[in-house]
Amino acid sequence: MDKFFHSVYLDPDLCMGCINCIKRCPTQAIRVQKGKAAIINQFCIDCGECVRICNHHAKLIRYDHLDVLENYKYTVALPAPSFYSQFNNLDDVNIVLTALIRLGFDDVYEVGAAAEFVSAASRKYIEDHPDKWPVVSTACPSVVRLIRVRFPNLIEHLLPILPPVEIAAMLARKKAMEKTGLPEKDIGIIFISPCPSKVTYAKSPLGISKSEIDHVLAVKEVYKELLPHMKDAEHVVMDLASSGKVGIGWGSSGGEAAGLITDNYLAADGIENVIRVLEDLEDEKFTNLRFIELNACSGGCVGGVLTVENPYVAKVKLKKLNKYLPVSLNHLLGDTPSEAFYWSDPVTYEPVFRLGENMAEGIAMLNHVEELCKIFPGLDCGSCGAPTCKALAEDIVRGNASENDCIHILRRQIQELTNSAMSLANDAINDDTTADNYIFILKEYIQKLSSEISLLNNSEGRKLPEDTHKF
Amino acid sequence: MNDNIMTLKYCVSPEDFTRAGEASSDTKNKLKKMGVPPEVVRKVSIALYEGEINMVIHANGGEITVDITPDKIIMILKDIGPGIKDINKAMQAGYSTAPDAIRALGFGAGMGLPNMKKFSDEMDIQTIIDVGTTVTMIVNL
Repeated sequence: MDKFFHSVYLDPDLCMGCINCIKRCPTQAIRVQKGKAAIINQFCIDCGECVRICNHHAKLIRYDHLDVLENYKYTVALPAPSFYSQFNNLDDVNIVLTALIRLGFDDVYEVGAAAEFVSAASRKYIEDHPDKWPVVSTACPSVVRLIRVRFPNLIEHLLPILPPVEIAAMLARKKAMEKTGLPEKDIGIIFISPCPSKVTYAKSPLGISKSEIDHVLAVKEVYKELLPHMKDAEHVVMDLASSGKVGIGWGSSGGEAAGLITDNYLAADGIENVIRVLEDLEDEKFTNLRFIELNACSGGCVGGVLTVENPYVAKVKLKKLNKYLPVSLNHLLGDTPSEAFYWSDPVTYEPVFRLGENMAEGIAMLNHVEELCKIFPGLDCGSCGAPTCKALAEDIVRGNASENDCIHILRRQIQELTNSAMSLANDAINDDTTADNYIFILKEYIQKLSSEISLLNNSEGRKLPEDTHKF
Repeated sequence: MNDNIMTLKYCVSPEDFTRAGEASSDTKNKLKKMGVPPEVVRKVSIALYEGEINMVIHANGGEITVDITPDKIIMILKDIGPGIKDINKAMQAGYSTAPDAIRALGFGAGMGLPNMKKFSDEMDIQTIIDVGTTVTMIVNL
């Protein structure tokens, strides 16, 4: 699978070519080209902010639907902890899990249960590696992707433990194979995800070469299908739940850190806040911290763009659900050492924002960027299709755009041409002996003018890097 | 313009902690963009940040010039502050002349100059009492 695979895509019929998404994107990965948004694959971290902001609902997320259940003899649902927070007045997770069985799954394996193993393994890793403090959480795939492209010095701080959903998939498959005797390919491991970031993870994971997750469904879609089964499930509740307070707590910001039983932690949520924390961490501004929990979505996973409930209401619901649960129900035993949950593939720096092949080239290109920024108006209006004047300057230096993509520069040039044509016309009136010559030159000017003006209607000058897709 | 050198200039505002770190952060992002090895970026940004904070705390701000070449990064931090009375003491880890109000903000731990020395490959301090201080730091590539 392509290491820059993405789950977000565009419906070009719905895209109006407005600049909302290019402005919101935290890694400046989107450009508007010929009136439609396009994503620069290498820059995108799948955070879903563009999906959230698009007023025209033109950004769609590639996830699977319930019909995938038919592809397998035996299916296991992996509900994320944030899933439980979508339902009103829920006091027992078993009702949701029973409803999933009634919906058509053969078994369930809670991601929250696996999260408790991850918490236990993390506690041990943090204890054993004071040289890596503060250890940075890796459960949010967008955060890992962000660090991979923007914060090379922080890669060594990443917690090299697989995310709860991967552990859940591994353990669920093992359990299903033992229980049914079926071969691997007949068992479908299906995750119910709150965000596109984890859809991308399942197809193109970091830290492991291939994920055990076969398909990913959206919380909002399963929610809708599950509601009719919830009432019935209440009368025949099965005892399926296996996660405690710690596991379910992972669904909202601060939950992962709470499972580490240390006070020396920080938890930040919302991609802009995450970036700020990473910038400060890179400058070594934090002392005495052992752990940093980061979630790209505000509120944590409950804020995922594939959920239905308001993230803050969802957080309250999780707390309520958690109230009478034991702290943790899943502990590392002798036969499952925490090393079994470690990354098998290291995450390495991808310098995608770099200019030039070497430093001398980089210096020259960055000088060029600075020069261009001086001639641009600095309004960051987005009319050129890039989020800021500086981003346009970098696109130009990379060979992907031209100065005329800036409508302010184009307007200035048209103004200059108009002024010259006007003074020529005046000269022609005052000096009628060589009028034919003047008319010829005037015609040339008018041709130039109309070709410049045509640029305003059809921005042909801008092209995108080859590794770009229309979402 | 010489294409093999990039010169960055910053004005450091006095006593504005919300803006302190702008110069080091901008330099850091530019170095990353031009492909400077991550460990060099780290040294430059920490050394520069410490210097920048010193200018805010002790010297009513000043000017920072960063020259970036493929061989080395030269940072010149110039202020017209009170000067450093005892450089040897100032270089000791934990020695601080920062007022209590500033220490209460978490700054002024007495690690500024020692860290600047630690993270740069060469450091020179020229200081005259009541005239000002110029610190030059070099990080080699």
